[in-house]
Amino acid sequence: MEDQFKIAGQLINSRFLLGTGKFSSYAIMRDSLESSQAHIVTVALRRVDLGQKNENILDYIPKNCITMTNTSGARNAEEAIRIARLARKMGCGNWIKIEVIPDTKYLLPDNAETIKATEALAKEGFLVMPYMNPDLMDARRLVNAGAVSVMPLGAPIGTNKGLKTQEMIRILIEEIDIPVIVDAGLGKPSHAAEAMELGADAVLVNTAVAVAVDPVIMAQAFSQAVIAGRLAYLAGPGAVKEEAAASSPLTGFLR
Amino acid sequence: MSFYEEYQKYKEIDIDDVFARVTENDVLRAINKESLEVNDFAALLSVQAGDLLERVAQKANEVTRRKFGKVIHLYAPLYLSSHCENECVYCGFRSSRVMERKTLVPEEIEKEAEVISKTGIRHILILTGESRKNTPLSYIVDSVKILSKYFSTISIEIYPLTEQEYKELVSIGVDGLVLYQEAYNEELYKKYHVRGLKRDFEYRLLSPERAGSAKMRTISIGALLGLAEGRKEIFFTGLQAAYLLRKYSETEISVSFPRLKPQGGTFTAPYNISDKELVQFMLAIRLFLPGAGINISTRESSQLRSNLIGLGVTRMSAGSITVVGGYANKQKGDGQFTISDKNSVEETKNMIISKGYQPVMKDWQTL
Repeated sequence: MEDQFKIAGQLINSRFLLGTGKFSSYAIMRDSLESSQAHIVTVALRRVDLGQKNENILDYIPKNCITMTNTSGARNAEEAIRIARLARKMGCGNWIKIEVIPDTKYLLPDNAETIKATEALAKEGFLVMPYMNPDLMDARRLVNAGAVSVMPLGAPIGTNKGLKTQEMIRILIEEIDIPVIVDAGLGKPSHAAEAMELGADAVLVNTAVAVAVDPVIMAQAFSQAVIAGRLAYLAGPGAVKEEAAASSPLTGFLR
Repeated sequence: MSFYEEYQKYKEIDIDDVFARVTENDVLRAINKESLEVNDFAALLSVQAGDLLERVAQKANEVTRRKFGKVIHLYAPLYLSSHCENECVYCGFRSSRVMERKTLVPEEIEKEAEVISKTGIRHILILTGESRKNTPLSYIVDSVKILSKYFSTISIEIYPLTEQEYKELVSIGVDGLVLYQEAYNEELYKKYHVRGLKRDFEYRLLSPERAGSAKMRTISIGALLGLAEGRKEIFFTGLQAAYLLRKYSETEISVSFPRLKPQGGTFTAPYNISDKELVQFMLAIRLFLPGAGINISTRESSQLRSNLIGLGVTRMSAGSITVVGGYANKQKGDGQFTISDKNSVEETKNMIISKGYQPVMKDWQTL
């Protein structure tokens, strides 16, 4: 069964994307990235230190990965745009995950500012993947603005609550033609499998892996759950039934 | 409503009575709640909660890991000037004290910046005494311009400014404001702050709001522990932090827990805050405000700092020198307070790593 996953025309080898924040060391982060087999990994520009003295996070990212810079810390479109431009100038490439979060309590994204930033950066040739609150109209606006995927949240960042926005994400999966990647809030591999069974193109996880007792094993567990969920989606699960399906039908005599 | 007005309302409540009525059940409920209210916060600050400290600690550890990860941010303080026009009875820089005063000139600032940045520190906190005459805003602006060549995050701990002045500093890349109320007990505040502009309790209390309106990225507040009854001081600190979080949702609010370390004189802290109380206060703030940063400076010993990792701390100073010009010139001088943790940046990093956490040197990129 051929099941290729492409973003912006580029073949992506894994439907599991991993973030690089919150790990207890860069070495554990690197080992987790390897065991996750993630192809796209996100890095906050705010943490990239190209100075001589300190360790550089980019040195710990496996060479076969696509490094996608995120705009963590941006509170509005203008800051996100400036971070993206700086990232490109610092040699971090064209892949950019827009995070515009003007709320330090719930860490919820600002869709309106995200759309503005997406439009500006797509025009400048960035491959823009916006983190968003799952709203259909805004997702359509992001598509029109030139996003190469949309990344709706399953639950607020770092909560590990799972797919709380399931119904809204299901609608995005049905209606949006570019890849829908569920980002944030997935706390367990079963949550990731659930998102994939629903038909999400991929998932992105960070906290649940980074703060696990054994992040390397947890990364592997998520990776396998994503594969399992995808296979289940492709296999076409049976519908959930409210009534019993008897093997000896009561109305069989009518034939 | 400003926080001063909110503060006035709370002052009418008998807070001691609120603390005294807390039951074990109230504490357990607070531990198990996802979103705490002011009553829950008070429960965690009560004497009663002291008996359940381990359970509070476990929850705080889990919340902090989820919210911030297994990382500790490091920064270093840079004292630019010891000139001060205030008379604060507990402070080493108080105006009446006969001592050699110094304000760094640009070449000296550059030298200090070179020494500090060589340790890998990328977040600098600049401090001055409170003297607009010796360190006017233009001096701060010039200093920030020099320091931005060396550091990616610049915070200030200087005299309170107007909103317009905060805006000016934000526009040249200042990220953070550190401004401690020192004492939330207004009567005692007046007693400790004898002369100078700092005597104006309300103006100081409302400074974080002016900085918030000016879109400052981070604001750290705190009470100088030892000046007044600790439990109540932390209660008001938490209330102010919650107020700021509500009103300036874009700004990261942090809480510091400086314990009074007298310098240059005979002032003795009238209230003793034990290690256990310090931990209890910190944990209560963590559960009440899961998204707030928590800072611990080198006022505390390296042993205590090491034990506090995992209890909610998110930021620590390292390799600190509180003598003006002291990084480049190791000669003895009068600092603002006595440092307990004299470990180098490298030693502090190793301590954090040994606790299973990652020391983070850079956490912002000047735009």
